[in-house]
Parts: sequence; structure tokens; C-alpha cells
Amino acid sequence: MIEVRQLSKSFNNRKVLKDISLNFEQGKCNLIIGESGSGKTVLVKSMIGLIKPDTGEVLYDDRNFTRMNFFEKKIIRQEMGVLFQGGALFDSMTVEENIIFPLSMFTEKSLEEKVERANFCLRRVNLSNVSKLFPAELSGGMKKRVAIARAIAVSPRYLICDEPNSGLDPITSIVIDELIKEITYEYNITTIVITHDMNSVLEIGDTIAFLYKGDILWKGNKEEILHAGKKELVDFVYATKFLKEFRKRIIE
Amino acid sequence: MIRRVFRRPEKYSIFFQQLITEINSLGLGSLGIVSIISVFMGAVITIQSAFNFTSAWIPIYAVGLATRQGIILEFSPTIVSLILAGKVGSNIASEIGTMRVTEQIDALEVMGINPEGYLIMPKVMAAMLINPFLIIISMFLGIFGGWLFGVLTGVVTSYEYVYGIQYQLRPFSVYYALIKTVVFAFIITSVSSYCGYYTDGGSLEVGRSSTRAVVYSSILILIFNFMLTQLLMA
Repeated sequence: MIEVRQLSKSFNNRKVLKDISLNFEQGKCNLIIGESGSGKTVLVKSMIGLIKPDTGEVLYDDRNFTRMNFFEKKIIRQEMGVLFQGGALFDSMTVEENIIFPLSMFTEKSLEEKVERANFCLRRVNLSNVSKLFPAELSGGMKKRVAIARAIAVSPRYLICDEPNSGLDPITSIVIDELIKEITYEYNITTIVITHDMNSVLEIGDTIAFLYKGDILWKGNKEEILHAGKKELVDFVYATKFLKEFRKRIIE
Repeated sequence: MIRRVFRRPEKYSIFFQQLITEINSLGLGSLGIVSIISVFMGAVITIQSAFNFTSAWIPIYAVGLATRQGIILEFSPTIVSLILAGKVGSNIASEIGTMRVTEQIDALEVMGINPEGYLIMPKVMAAMLINPFLIIISMFLGIFGGWLFGVLTGVVTSYEYVYGIQYQLRPFSVYYALIKTVVFAFIITSVSSYCGYYTDGGSLEVGRSSTRAVVYSSILILIFNFMLTQLLMA
């Protein structure tokens, strides 16, 4: 479980996160949703230590991450798999080398064992015959899947995904969502997904937190979100005129 | 940042692998341009010297002597380092800058790897190790170029030139050049890495970082050249 306690962050006197408190449960897909600029990425980057929060704490299974030194954080980070918006695959390495990399850094496995693990992870994300390709030779969806494969290679306890569907077509997005959901349930890990894609919300949202202007405005799950009454959330969920009309008719 | 760069590597086997890659990329990759420039600069120094030493009091072997001193003391360590600041410096800054804007550095950090140590230390060490060899090759090729073109154009005889390059040779000149080279290698790689590492934004910023790296490295090389000359020669 990951616990966020009263996390705040400001940039140039502009408060981006306002005393955020959230619990992310193990074995579930925990979604953070909100429009662009609402502070989702800042929240997640603060949680994984890429941004230093002004106040507040982040606890990974009761271990206070914010108070740790570099070496203590390193241990927690080795239990983390992070999927970045653009994939963040290393350009100079092949797909196989990308997946092997964290294993080479932190394990004493032989090359055969590492290659076997890389192939297993690639099969797990439904990719084949790509291990010798470079990231530049892959499509957007394939890059995301390789990034997931790299993230799960070290058998993480926590999987954190920053907009895994950005730039992908709806069909590929659903494939990625399904994959994240399957991995979460299969390995019983704590997964956090940042998204503003409503398809993802309805597909994998076991728990959902709606972030609005740096504040948590609503918490619930995918069944509850369709019936939520908060105006800002309704505007977000039923963004198009068509959906607004559709909602009105259902209520009527 | 420097403290984090020189922190103990996560794994020595990976560090040595990186070091070899960087030696190949930064050092051997620059051998071609360094060789071409050195041969022609040696030739130009020889011909310029020959045409300017018009006095009957100046012996002809002074052409070889001037070429040797020019190449060893200034051209090879300083001018070649300035050229490397352009080639290697922009390469390092754009490589690290691109990794920064595409979140590859963030990916390293969240994996629990010290990104400064992993990316920058092998580059700094590789340049400090390989650049002295590059500069020694540059010295030989510069002096050879001077001899070749001096003899071919007939401005100096082979015997006079060879006598000139051996005349009052002080080994300290070579040590002085190598000390400068190591300092300049550190400046080029560390400044360029710094500019790349703190790139913020997109591809436009990567280009700006690359330019900044070349400008700052070049200025620092010139300042340190003056300081080291004053320190070591005075």
C-alpha cells in the first residue's frame, strides 16, 4: 500500500498541490484523474522522489520515503516500476538491453537468466521478435509495452504509470489498460495510473481520485463515477455535448 | 553535482563497460579530425615560419624549431582541445540533454541508479584518459605534416627540419602540454555534461544547451590555458 499524507507543492508561489492525502491499495488499479494542469504528474513525481514536496509524507508499506536518504530511497526504488508518458526507453540500447538493464544493475543473474527473463516479460506484454530492435524502430504502442516489460522485469511491488495511453489509438489504449490490470491482479502489486482517458477510467478504475486545481475533489470507483454529482467531475466525465445530453436523458 | 558524479559506481563491471564505450566514442571517434587538422596545421606553421624568418641571422633549422614549439606548446594541447570542445562537447550536451527531455534520466533515477555517476563519470574519466594519447598523436602528426609539406614545397630541407625539431628539446614542454590536456579534458566533459544535464524543455533547449556547452568550455579552456601557462612556465 502507498499512503500520501498532506502533500503540498508550490512553484513560484503558485500552489500546485494542496495538502493531498490519499491511500493507494495493494492489488488494485488506483487511478488519479483530472484535466491537464491539475497537478497529476507533479503528485506522482513527488511520490517517486523526482520532485521534492514542500510538505507532507509518502509511505510505501509504512516506510516513510520522504525522510529517507539516497541509499534508503534506492532500496524502495528497486521495488518500483515506473512507466513514463513517453516510455523513456534508452535510445542507445535494444529492447532486450533495455529490459535487462535494471537486472544487470541490481542482480547477479547470468546473461542467460537475464535474457530468459527479458523474453518472458516481452511475452507477458504480448510482444515477440522485437528484442533486437531499437526503440526508434517501434510504434508508440510497442514502446509502451516494452516500457511495461522493463518495469515488471524486476518484479516490482509498486507499478506507477504516467498517462500510459497518451498518444495511442483507442484500441491500443485498451490493450495497454488490460495489460496493466492483468499485471496488477496477477502479481498483487500496488498500481497507480494517471490518466485523463475516460475509457481507462471505466476499464480499470478500482479506486479513483479526481484531482482538480491541486486538490482532491472526489474519491470513488468506476461504478460511482458515472453517478457523481460534483459539477467539475461531471464536466470532466461528460466532456462532450453528446455525453452531457445523454446524461440529462438518463437522469430525466 | 560533482560529488554525485564521483560517487562509487553501482556496479564496477558496468562502469568499465561504459568507460570503454566512451573511450571509443570520445577518443577514437575524434582521431580522424584531429589527424587531418594536425597534419595541415603543422604544414601551415612550417610554411609561415619559413616565409617570415627572412633575416640572415636566423638559421633555417629555426623553422623546425618553431614548428615543434608551436605544435607541442600550444597547437596540440590548446587548439585541438578547442576543436574537441566543439565536437565532443556538443555531442555530450545533446546526448544528455535529449535523455533529460525524454525522461530517460528520470527513468534511471527511479530505478535507483545514480544518473550523474552512470552517465557523466565514464565520460569525464574516458576523456581524461584518452585525450593525452590523442594529443601525443596530434603532436607527431603536426610535426610530420610540417616536415612533409616543408620538404615538398622546398622551404626547408629534411636535414635542417629534423635538426630544428631536435634542437634544445625539453621534455618538460611535453609534460606541460599533457597537464593542460588533462585539465581541458575535464573542462570539456564536465561543463558539457552539466549543460546537458540541466536542460529544461524540448528539442530547442537541447540545441541551446549544446551551444552553451561549446561556448562555456571554449572560454574556460582559454582562461585555464592562461592560468596554467603562468603557473607552469613562469
